[in-house]
Amino acid sequence: MSMKIGEDKFKERVGKGIDNTFMRGAVAGAQERMGTRRENATEELGNWEEWRSHGEEIRKHVLENLDFYLEQLSENVAARGGHVFFAQTAAEANEYIQGVAKSKNAKKVVKAKSMVTEEISLNSALQQAGCEVIETDLGEYILQVDDHDPPSHIVVPALHKNKEQIRDVFAEKLGYQKTSKPEELALHARQKLREEFMSADIGITGCNFAVAETGSFSLVTNEGNADLVTSLPKTQITVMGMERLVPTFEEMEVLVSLLTRSSVGQKLTSYITVLTGPREELETDGPEEFHLVIVDNGRSSILGGEFQSVLNCIRCAACINVCPVYRQVGGHSYGSIYSGPIGAVLSPLLGGYDEFKELPYATTLCGACTEVCPVKIPLHELLHKHRQVIVEKEGRAPFAEKMAMKAFGMGASSPALYKLGTKFVPSVMSPFTDGDKISKGPGPLKLWTDSRDFPAPNKERFRDWFKNRDKGGKES
Amino acid sequence: MKVTLFATCIVDLFQGNVGKATVELLERLGCEIEFPESQVCCGQPSYNSGYVNETKDAMKKMIDTFIDAEYVVSPSGSCAYMFHEYQHIFKGDPVWEPKAKKLAEKTYELTQFIVDVLKVEDVGARFDATVTYHTSCHMTRLLGVKEAPMTLLKNVKGLKFTELPGKEQCCGFGGTFAVKMAQISEQMVDEKVLHVEETGAEYLIGADAACLMNIGGRIERQGKPIKVMHIAEVLNSR
Repeated sequence: MSMKIGEDKFKERVGKGIDNTFMRGAVAGAQERMGTRRENATEELGNWEEWRSHGEEIRKHVLENLDFYLEQLSENVAARGGHVFFAQTAAEANEYIQGVAKSKNAKKVVKAKSMVTEEISLNSALQQAGCEVIETDLGEYILQVDDHDPPSHIVVPALHKNKEQIRDVFAEKLGYQKTSKPEELALHARQKLREEFMSADIGITGCNFAVAETGSFSLVTNEGNADLVTSLPKTQITVMGMERLVPTFEEMEVLVSLLTRSSVGQKLTSYITVLTGPREELETDGPEEFHLVIVDNGRSSILGGEFQSVLNCIRCAACINVCPVYRQVGGHSYGSIYSGPIGAVLSPLLGGYDEFKELPYATTLCGACTEVCPVKIPLHELLHKHRQVIVEKEGRAPFAEKMAMKAFGMGASSPALYKLGTKFVPSVMSPFTDGDKISKGPGPLKLWTDSRDFPAPNKERFRDWFKNRDKGGKES
Repeated sequence: MKVTLFATCIVDLFQGNVGKATVELLERLGCEIEFPESQVCCGQPSYNSGYVNETKDAMKKMIDTFIDAEYVVSPSGSCAYMFHEYQHIFKGDPVWEPKAKKLAEKTYELTQFIVDVLKVEDVGARFDATVTYHTSCHMTRLLGVKEAPMTLLKNVKGLKFTELPGKEQCCGFGGTFAVKMAQISEQMVDEKVLHVEETGAEYLIGADAACLMNIGGRIERQGKPIKVMHIAEVLNSR
């Protein structure tokens, strides 16, 4: 699958993540910084819960009327002289974009940050079509220069690298000779990128929200690179997931506020750019040709089903920034370009259970993600729903687990069986018991006792104590 | 006031002291305690693992066991929440959804019951120690009980409270997660223990036996001099 990263198995990826102490420190630090900023930015509104409800309402309305708004959007893009292409699959999207590149005889493409183009592996498709592809978001640029290291976070793609590592990458690949000061590193990248902008044939962006009423689309950024991507090259292609639109600017304003506050704890980002179609006669800049590629790639099969609310997502990453599992293992452990709770819900839906069946289990169902989601996606419930589908519809649970759960179900639904069974727990466990604890458990308990002690069973079950004590008395 | 105790399977089998403290505390506050023998487990281990249909019989058994109670009280936020979750699991079921709703309406976590129903904020306890408190995820986020345990602890004489850094972070228990994703769970509980240590507290207090079993198990394995205690035991100390 195109959204898949690497070939390692899940446990190996997690093991590598856990062993990467630098990355974990960076992730923990980033979670704390972004968490505090998000809290401040959401609290200052005074009625954040109302904002969330409003955001959810907008997203639900759009999804329930998606056909209408997509048609309105494409009509309005076309009315402004743009081309619209609906791609049912990643391959269709890539073929169309390759076709545009060929027709323009394009040699160089500059890109602004876009997860959907990562999802469809557009870069390699463009390279196959003979184009050089330059990522111009600083984080994405660093990753690209570092032999296409995959993103580990949907908003901060190079979160797993520190400035020293970035300096080393720049030194090795770009002949950079200065220090690891962020300003110097950024300046170097800017100088390099400026040349690329000037000589690019095509600019490609993603899309935060398209506005159906006007045929516009918005980009929410902090670096300004997207504005160069959309103003310098003669041809511009915008790629959007088919659900990423709003009816009018009024709804866009709400969602942009939810996005910037949830994502980076800002009231607004440095640039919020809204573009409509190609350059018009009296305009001095902007592309001569504009293409909007609307990507389905599995989304329409989520619509109308029990996972539909995942399409509410506005890609803010607040869920990732509070996730205690992501905190310990980092983004690459998920094996998908979509990591964290949203990735664990979305990846199996878009990429299938064959590739991503472990992800719904990489959660304690603690609910931190659900609590912060600005558009109220019940993420932990959807993760649980995946488990149910894996067990009950797909029949993919391991045999031993199925048997254990069957036995549990029988014991838990039969008080007589439970009482009889648990009566013998202390004697069954006694060979493993050392005083009041079990340090080396048998069977699955071993996985627990590898790192933790387990309490020895009560010598007398609580229920027996209760039954045996003086009725109504306070002494045991 | 008549209270039907939902002790939870963990307390029944492993944490008897928590059950005893709960009974004694509630009796001291004037409640009459009943313990229906037919109670087993709320079904979380298999339900949370995705075996929803497989768990329904156990849930029905629990609903029938507690349906006629005046109040159902449990010394575990997570298990009490599960009783609230039943109504969603049986949504659309003409027999069991209404029953599950009825059960949810009368089910309380222990500290929630003491503060919200008994209207008691000072249980008259004394506990001379420095403590910190772990806010369990299901209890705070799903059941929505955040203040009650703090209110009660604040009024315990002799108790010095110190806030746990990163208190909103899960301890890494997560039911079968702890064994299924043991390598991740270990890292999570390690960070939790580190934070507990940072507080300098002598005791880690919590209101969910499962989280305490997880954090306590790690503390014990590492031989750290921190004691772990359920809030019922603290509130029952005099």
